Amino acid sequence: MKRYAVLAVLAVGMFASAPVLAETVKVLSIEPNVKEGRDFYASAIEKFEKANPDIKIQFDYLDDTSFKSKLPTLLQSSARPDIFYTWTGGVFHEQADAGVLKDISGEVDKKTLDTFAPGGIKALTYNDKLYGLPMYAGVVVLFYNKELTQKAGVDPTTIKTWDDFLAAVKTIKDAGITPIVVGGKSKWPLQHYYGYLATRIAGVDGIAAAKAGENDGLAGPDFVKAGEEFKKLADLQPFQPGFMDTDNSKAGGLFGDGRGAFILAGNYMIGAQKRNSTSGQGISDDKLGFIPFPVITGGKGDPADTFGGINGWLVSKNATPAASKFLASLMNLDNQTVSAGMDLWLPIVKGADAGIRNANVKAIANLLAAAPHHQLYLDQELGANVGAAMNDASAELATGDISPDEAAQMVEEAHQMH
Amino acid sequence: MRSDGSLTALMLFLPPAVLLFSLFVIWPIFTAVDLSFYKWNGYGDVTNFVGFDNYGILLKNSIFHQSLFNSFKLLLASIFLQIPLALVLALLLYRKTSANTAFRLIFFAPYILAEIATGLIWSFIFDGDYGVSAMVADKLGSEPFYILADKQWAFWTIITVVVWKYFGYHMMIFIAALQAVPTDLIEAAEIDGASPLKTIWYVKLPMILHAIKLSVLFAITGALQVFDIIIPLTNGGPSNSTHSIVSFLYTFGLARMNVGFGAAVGVVLFILCVGTAFSYKRLAIDKGGQL
Repeated sequence: MKRYAVLAVLAVGMFASAPVLAETVKVLSIEPNVKEGRDFYASAIEKFEKANPDIKIQFDYLDDTSFKSKLPTLLQSSARPDIFYTWTGGVFHEQADAGVLKDISGEVDKKTLDTFAPGGIKALTYNDKLYGLPMYAGVVVLFYNKELTQKAGVDPTTIKTWDDFLAAVKTIKDAGITPIVVGGKSKWPLQHYYGYLATRIAGVDGIAAAKAGENDGLAGPDFVKAGEEFKKLADLQPFQPGFMDTDNSKAGGLFGDGRGAFILAGNYMIGAQKRNSTSGQGISDDKLGFIPFPVITGGKGDPADTFGGINGWLVSKNATPAASKFLASLMNLDNQTVSAGMDLWLPIVKGADAGIRNANVKAIANLLAAAPHHQLYLDQELGANVGAAMNDASAELATGDISPDEAAQMVEEAHQMH
Repeated sequence: MRSDGSLTALMLFLPPAVLLFSLFVIWPIFTAVDLSFYKWNGYGDVTNFVGFDNYGILLKNSIFHQSLFNSFKLLLASIFLQIPLALVLALLLYRKTSANTAFRLIFFAPYILAEIATGLIWSFIFDGDYGVSAMVADKLGSEPFYILADKQWAFWTIITVVVWKYFGYHMMIFIAALQAVPTDLIEAAEIDGASPLKTIWYVKLPMILHAIKLSVLFAITGALQVFDIIIPLTNGGPSNSTHSIVSFLYTFGLARMNVGFGAAVGVVLFILCVGTAFSYKRLAIDKGGQL
């Protein structure tokens, strides 16, 4: 009995010691790859808690895979986080349809909304309801190793069309250099090719129409054509030997080690190729160049359209207004300028790009700013199931296991299964 | 009514066990069977009843066929490579000497390693760019080889790793059984002029048959459940050619949030496991009389 009494006293003591009005906002994030990312969140939280002593932020991390598999159960339990990380796209839409999200349109004032690039807000809006706030974007470009392309006698800045690119790949291969490094084991880096080609050929509107089931959906002629163009590249055997046993981080290391001339990757690769290289130095900024993804002649997509990610935070149902208050604070210009300085993320808040230090990151941010449309990675756009089928199809096109027709069919089958 | 109190003991000790078993084994099995008739992405209520659709898709799925075949290959390798290897080593090492103890420890070590760690270690060994295989190729002056990227060979690599990891476990079972074989039987055979091979064949093996049967049962159920070695080694690739049934379930059911479809795979796996285990028990163990 005495023991229970002690416990009771302890419990009462714990409640009493907490500030009476303190409210806790639970945030669930994916693990940032670098220490700077963790530091950024820590300092943003500290600032917010200082300004709002009645709100406590509990910030938890999970690795990507556990995050994705635990989230559905978590969101439907009472232990759900108030705010959680999102890649936007199909999975976000499924969550909104399931009614586990909160419409925060009424909680974010127009002044705050106007600080964001409109495309970013659009990505967090579904059926005219705003469910969260965007934080950063990623844009996929073709990076190249200036030393290697020079050695092969290729000037990547002259590459404008897909055929130009194919010709350059051939020249580089003939010079005895691996033209392209890719992390085939991760599959989605191969989807960048298929997806970007589809964006160029079908256009952003065409992809949206296919998603809605028009023109034979994802098995329509534009997607078959994208597969055919990708197959033209794959037939040149442009990738490093053993590319199907290379995951994306190792691919970054190989590229940083100068084991291939090109890599198609998001802006994060500027830092990743350094971190993952053997020396830890990678390719120095002045020896690393990039070009936008080549254009397909006759394609319906705008040549200036970009392809990549938009990431942000969603608010779950039953969250209090404190959640959106924290999000707005995390996304204020000060914080976002600091985060832009990490050269990891392309900020979505207007003016925050002033914080970008790296010239390549800056140039990619300008590419995004000038883009009429920003197409979300197709595996994110299409949701967990169809997205995975898209990645599978891309990988099997690259290994030559299936034809462009079969690839498009495979994706559409998954699409209809849903 | 018995009066020795065994009924009281039964009433007292059975309910917790039955409760736990029902809660964590029986109930999930029934839930899985139920879920397998629905299409569900993990969100909201389970309402979209599709009958046997999930099973239909599964039967037609060529990757599932490949996964079944792979699991079957693993099963054969476990029985016909792993167990003979373990048996030979056990016969060599079962006598208590310090050298034998050292070897036993070495051969048993892989079993202690976590599966994920095993997969990571071997993926480093087979890495043709930065791994051991790259160093070997470099020393030999040959082109590096990428065995895990090769559809032809990737699954054989997985089989090798599985055999390497678990043979020590079976070896230990056999060693324990061999040490329990009465020495007078062996001595009698030797006095009668039996050669070492004959002693093994006519005395030792029959005396440890129960252990061998048990080992085979473990090998069968283990082979059907291989998962955490495959994920770090190949992640099921290249081109989804190296999935086992379980890694297929994980990749196509859980990771893609096709919960109903995943449940259908789980039900098939369950039937396979129970089916093989029971028919093996009937065929091999019951006939032999004892386990």
